[in-house]
Amino acid sequence: MSASNQLIIFDDVSKFYGQILGVNRVNLQIAPGITSLVGPNGAGKSTLMNLMCGLLRPTRGSISLLGIPTDQPEQLFRKVGYCTQFDSFPRGMTGREFINAFLMVHGFDRKRANELSHIALERVNLLDAADRKVAAYSKGMRQRIRLAQAIAHDPVVLILDEPLNGLDPMVRAETIALFRKLAADGLHLIISSHILHEVDMMSDRVVLLNNGYIVAEGNTHRVRDEMEDHPMQILIRCDQPEKLAAYVFEQSHVVEARLHEDRRGLFVKTRDADRFYLMLNRAVAEGELNVETVAPIDDDLSAVYQYLIGPSGGSA
Amino acid sequence: MSAAVEAVPHKSNDWGLWFRQIRSIFRLEIEKNFLGRRSILIYMIALLPLFPLVIFALVTPPGREWQDINFYHQFYANMYNGLIMRTVVFFGSAWIFMNLFRGEIVDRSLHYYFLSAVKREVLVVGKYISGLVTSIILFTVTTVIAMLLLYFPHVYSQSVRFFTEGRGLLHLLAYVGITMLACLGYGAFFLVVGLFVRNPIIPAILLYGWEWLNFLLPPLLKKISVIHYLNSLLPVPIYEGPFAVVAEPTPAYIGIPSMLGVTLLVLILAAYRIRHMEIHYGSD
Repeated sequence: MSASNQLIIFDDVSKFYGQILGVNRVNLQIAPGITSLVGPNGAGKSTLMNLMCGLLRPTRGSISLLGIPTDQPEQLFRKVGYCTQFDSFPRGMTGREFINAFLMVHGFDRKRANELSHIALERVNLLDAADRKVAAYSKGMRQRIRLAQAIAHDPVVLILDEPLNGLDPMVRAETIALFRKLAADGLHLIISSHILHEVDMMSDRVVLLNNGYIVAEGNTHRVRDEMEDHPMQILIRCDQPEKLAAYVFEQSHVVEARLHEDRRGLFVKTRDADRFYLMLNRAVAEGELNVETVAPIDDDLSAVYQYLIGPSGGSA
Repeated sequence: MSAAVEAVPHKSNDWGLWFRQIRSIFRLEIEKNFLGRRSILIYMIALLPLFPLVIFALVTPPGREWQDINFYHQFYANMYNGLIMRTVVFFGSAWIFMNLFRGEIVDRSLHYYFLSAVKREVLVVGKYISGLVTSIILFTVTTVIAMLLLYFPHVYSQSVRFFTEGRGLLHLLAYVGITMLACLGYGAFFLVVGLFVRNPIIPAILLYGWEWLNFLLPPLLKKISVIHYLNSLLPVPIYEGPFAVVAEPTPAYIGIPSMLGVTLLVLILAAYRIRHMEIHYGSD
């Protein structure tokens, strides 16, 4: 199998809704693992997902998933499952009937469809409610039945648009654990979410979108490292923060140092975190300081999001 | 490789798989659209001609002409043309076939089909067949019961002779065949209208008007309609009034293949449309 057959590839993809921009000039290669799409409302996350699944067609460029073009649903959806944000269902069905029916549309016979739907319902912990009408489900249950439907045919690529919406904290944790397990099994998981700390916790890489453009992509920490306009902020808890402050001011890469309110720590802003850590190690090794903790305070997705997209960018 | 790939082997021309998928789509559509509460309206439409006929069966009709079975032949032909074909089958087909796709767009559930490993052309065929089977069953039953309800209560012995020894059965089969053709033709038209037009009521009304005004049209224009071909097949010709422009009926050996051909073309158009369709629920 060639390398491109294991990737999701966007090649110069643009999508316009008439005069309105959906996404523009997207070039992406997504490898197995969990990839999160992050951005404010209207950034283009759902457009990107719908393009990936052929629910939308690109105005320009091309998309392929594991070597399959998106205009061939009969091949694509043998390998892809998509849990959309559309909170609607065919009328009058129970959860089990809903999953069974579309497995049979895939081409599975009734017996195999029954087996697969049972497994899917079990995975999302919805077996107890499987024979109730979907119309009577709570929002969280509807979210889970959609997830079950997306994973029931055992796809290799799983695309999930806001899959944690409406789930209570316990189920959220279980669902995130399920995503991690699926990713560990070698699946591609493409997830969009507004909840940055959860995205940060589970993602191997993020794609930040704003106004239809990709603002940044890759591992969160690497993206953060590349943001030279925003020096890294680090909090050092130690016994002599004043002494440390005097020491760090001699370093050219340190742009700011400020004492913590309780005077038991020091905030440092540096343009080169690696050099700062080396320097700190040296200081500790020479016995000049007793350091309790060292923690970067803006080396996470929330900080990256704030810097690149801004505080007004949606509900994040 | 996933279990899914193993369980549903895929070839580029897999007739067995397509057949299974069409059967599954058919079953799903029947359960969703024709066995639920939503289907009450369509059953009401199908029963529409039977209500007056039941009442008619209970009263003694005035006039001596009602004792002559030949009067019934003409009466049923007119009733079939005006009430069953132009109203029940027309509006019934409009409701059934427009909802196959448009209804799912309104309900925001079409994407479940689009996210299944099924050729969109197969989806069109599966949905069309489900609509066709439903409309044919409902409206042929209406056609048969209406005919029997009209003939038997008042001229029983003549009717028995007509259906057992005369041309009654042939008439009945001809009406049933015309109903089936009407479902086929109107069905394909309304399916495609539901795909192209956001508010399909307007083209339905326009077609309804065109079909009703058909008797006034010059012979060439008459042929651009469904009703002209259906009327040509009626076992008892109908009188269309003093202002009607008379045109030669189209022979069955031309009319039937023409209707089937046009239906096929319309279905190909529908398949093309579905193949390139995007999901934009927000704008629908």
